[in-house]
Amino acid sequence: MAKMHIKLTINNRDVEILAEPRLLLIHLLREELGITGPHIGCDTSHCGACTVDMNGKSVKSCTVFSVQASGAEITTVEGLVGTDGSLHPLQEAFREHHGLQCGFCTPGMITRAYRLLQENPNPSEAEIRHGISGNLCRCTGYLTIVRAIHAAAEQMNKAREAAK
Amino acid sequence: MTTETQSTQERSQKLEGLGTRRKRVEDVRFTQGKGNYIDDFKQPGMLFGDFVRSPYGHARIKSINTEAALALPGVKAVLTAEDLKPLKLHWMPTLAGDVQAVLADEKVLFQGQEVVFVVAEDRYVAADAVDLVEVEYEDLPALVDPNQSMTAAAPVLRDDLQGKTSGAHGPRKHHNHIFTWEVGDAAGTARAISGAPVVATERIVYQRVHPCPLETCGCVASMDKVDGHLTVWGTFQAPHAVRTVASLISGIPEHKIRIVSPDIGGGFGNKVGVYPGYICSIVASIVLGVPVKWVEDRMENLQATAFARDYHMTGEIAATQEGRITALRCNVLADHGAFDACADPTKYPAGFFSICTGSYDIPVAHVTVEGVYTNKAPGGVAYRCSFRVTEASYFIERMIDVLARKLGMDPAEVRRRNLIRKEQFPYQSALGWEYDSGDYLTALDKALNTVGYAGLREEQRRNREAFAHGATRKLMGIGVSFFTEIVGAGPIKNCDILGLGMFDSCEIRVHPTGSVIARLGTISQGQGHATTFAQILASEIGIPADKITVEEGDTDTAPYGLGTYGSRSTPVAGAATAMAGRKIRAKAQMIAAHLLEVHDDDLEWDVDRFRVKGVPDLSKTMTELAFAAYNNVPPGMEPGLEAVSYYDPPNMTYPFGAYVCIVDVDVDSGVTEIRRFYALDDCGTRINPMIIEGQVHGGLTEALAIAMGQEMAYDDAGNLTNASLLDFFLPTAVETPSWETDFTTTPSPHHPIGAKGVGESPNVGGVSAFSNAVNDAFAHLGLTHTQMPHDHWRVWKTAERLGLTTA
Repeated sequence: MAKMHIKLTINNRDVEILAEPRLLLIHLLREELGITGPHIGCDTSHCGACTVDMNGKSVKSCTVFSVQASGAEITTVEGLVGTDGSLHPLQEAFREHHGLQCGFCTPGMITRAYRLLQENPNPSEAEIRHGISGNLCRCTGYLTIVRAIHAAAEQMNKAREAAK
Repeated sequence: MTTETQSTQERSQKLEGLGTRRKRVEDVRFTQGKGNYIDDFKQPGMLFGDFVRSPYGHARIKSINTEAALALPGVKAVLTAEDLKPLKLHWMPTLAGDVQAVLADEKVLFQGQEVVFVVAEDRYVAADAVDLVEVEYEDLPALVDPNQSMTAAAPVLRDDLQGKTSGAHGPRKHHNHIFTWEVGDAAGTARAISGAPVVATERIVYQRVHPCPLETCGCVASMDKVDGHLTVWGTFQAPHAVRTVASLISGIPEHKIRIVSPDIGGGFGNKVGVYPGYICSIVASIVLGVPVKWVEDRMENLQATAFARDYHMTGEIAATQEGRITALRCNVLADHGAFDACADPTKYPAGFFSICTGSYDIPVAHVTVEGVYTNKAPGGVAYRCSFRVTEASYFIERMIDVLARKLGMDPAEVRRRNLIRKEQFPYQSALGWEYDSGDYLTALDKALNTVGYAGLREEQRRNREAFAHGATRKLMGIGVSFFTEIVGAGPIKNCDILGLGMFDSCEIRVHPTGSVIARLGTISQGQGHATTFAQILASEIGIPADKITVEEGDTDTAPYGLGTYGSRSTPVAGAATAMAGRKIRAKAQMIAAHLLEVHDDDLEWDVDRFRVKGVPDLSKTMTELAFAAYNNVPPGMEPGLEAVSYYDPPNMTYPFGAYVCIVDVDVDSGVTEIRRFYALDDCGTRINPMIIEGQVHGGLTEALAIAMGQEMAYDDAGNLTNASLLDFFLPTAVETPSWETDFTTTPSPHHPIGAKGVGESPNVGGVSAFSNAVNDAFAHLGLTHTQMPHDHWRVWKTAERLGLTTA
């Protein structure tokens, strides 16, 4: 199959690659680039384990072709870690509030929560629950995830206030 | 402040031992996407395997043409049963004493069964090749309803068993019969039931569901043809057992096989079994000499890897007019699918279903379980429960409610009158178990008082009046369940899998600088073993949990163990950890006596050190003793500070709990809203309350899924009609309510630290609490029982049947 030239930015890194047009974004990330934070849980865009941030929107990378991502800016859970290795407030809060167990949904969940808090910095519990309803977790029962996202929102808002 | 001047309490806190809400050490990796799950593995030259699967529930294979697939560039091998035959690997033993086709041998017996294994350069080419394999089938009548399995007209499913009149669990009475298992006093139970003033009868189906962990099953097999070593990384809940089975069926010596379970993305019982994908990957790697990866997709996971439940139960419960239970009988028809691949201890083909007398003092009981074949996927695993314990708990907790309706009594009151009393422990159940410890009445009272049970019943009375007057279209239901589990298999005298006794193990090495590595025979799938086992050890040997690395899952380094399922990690491996820790401490004590020039008996343990009795300033810390173990031990003593313990538990543990669920049912839409869910758990000694609460939240959410929506829906032709997450119900954050947790603490008397295990309690107790609540909403209208799952359609149908829906 003829390969196509794809150029995109992933976690602030410019990437150029030749790929089959049918190559899914999740496989580009995982197989070609070794970015294995996003996981494959269902292959049908129901579970959200493959969630990445693409041009300021949460997308399920198991149902996006790599060529559709050409020119895009993509952030995965790995890209939320600071250049100095510091964890994002969401990453800290998930640990602090026991918002994960097996860890398989976690990268997608955190990446989704990151976008949710960009869109709505002060979400209510109902807004958080609705906002992460595209991401399934089989371990936690969500309550601790909701608490973690709440706590991270507070932390981020405080930091924003302090920076003013 | 120096260590010496710190108070006992301060030093104790520093350890982060038992009872601490210690943050998880696993999370630093997982929150950054640095977990290492099976599909993250990449090996040089690695190929990718994929299956051609049966589209039929039951069919004869007339021909298989692999030519076009083999001709596709990038395809390296295409394996059929014919190719596996010379290796005698076209069939494999199951954990239940049956055999299962690795690749379909002349017939397919369920939709999604493995027929051809294709190996290619990458997963895209493998998928192309799967499409190019031509299989011609002759459709046969599918047997889907287990109630029809043993009729005279039922088709023969297992050609390979024809003429075999006995199986692994005794005589077979029909070509689709697997076993009949019986326990208890048949005659005594019949007598008690026939003479009883009150007998309640119900047919209760626990539908077929699937553990559906978010990560599917998979492996990477790598045969090194130069040194003859086989390494398999994979989603294994019991890596050592996999190694032994792999050696027995492949003929490769066990010391040349290494099985590694990396991070596992949830198991819930789904990853206990041995699947054709593992065998085919191993064979392909042996044939091709390069690593071969196989990772199933979600549809394959739901169609072909281990399901759970599918128990069709008929119960009779006898009682006095005052509500004292006098006898219990249960007959079960168990649908095992096309091969008996249940994961149960060898002597228990129906697992520990005989725990079905529950938390109640029932004088006589009798149980029969008949296992039958159908054209469905094999399995019958313990999905977040000990072996068949959630089936048993659901059965008795529904039967108690059914009895309460018959007696016209409150369901909580019937429970109260029959709960085993504190002074009766250790309690011998009518079906042969010895319950280790419990304080049931205290737990029930605490639960009922906390939720304000009497007030809730009063509110419900008013709700029913309002409903009758048309003032509301919602009915309020209150579900109570009181469960007792049986976990921590188990004593070797009772429990083995394929002849391997179900002990577990821990090996500890204390390094000279006072840090530690502990290795166990178990494997975490999200339970947080690296965090909690370090806490057990910290309390035992006085070294901070942060200085203890816990490692599991590599058979080359970990001591032999039977793995993690059936809530056995804390009861068995946790006990081994404490026992190995005590050996470390005993040796350290001798070294301390040597250094302090006193007799061993003159020393006493003080959190993280030994001190001379009466002279507290004279002491040696464990850090000092660790170093001394490598340079200054008593004459005649071997240097070093290591220990290993293989723990064979004297009994199983019996966690229990009281759950209350309050639900509002909209009769016009069938929509149910969980208003409140309160869960009181007693898991004995609590190691890490944060992790316990997390386990309870997660287990309740899985119970919610089962009770309110999960069902593997097969049509009459054996097609699984909901094999994707579009149709198979996994609750999102929106459907999932908030959870309230509580506890009492009744330590296990036989466990070294008194712990009982908790991971599966919420599933075992939760399902019946949800189901009881939904049934209770309609109880005043004469309803005693409706089958799960209580999805909106079924609930609406119930309301319609009762004449509640608007015209």
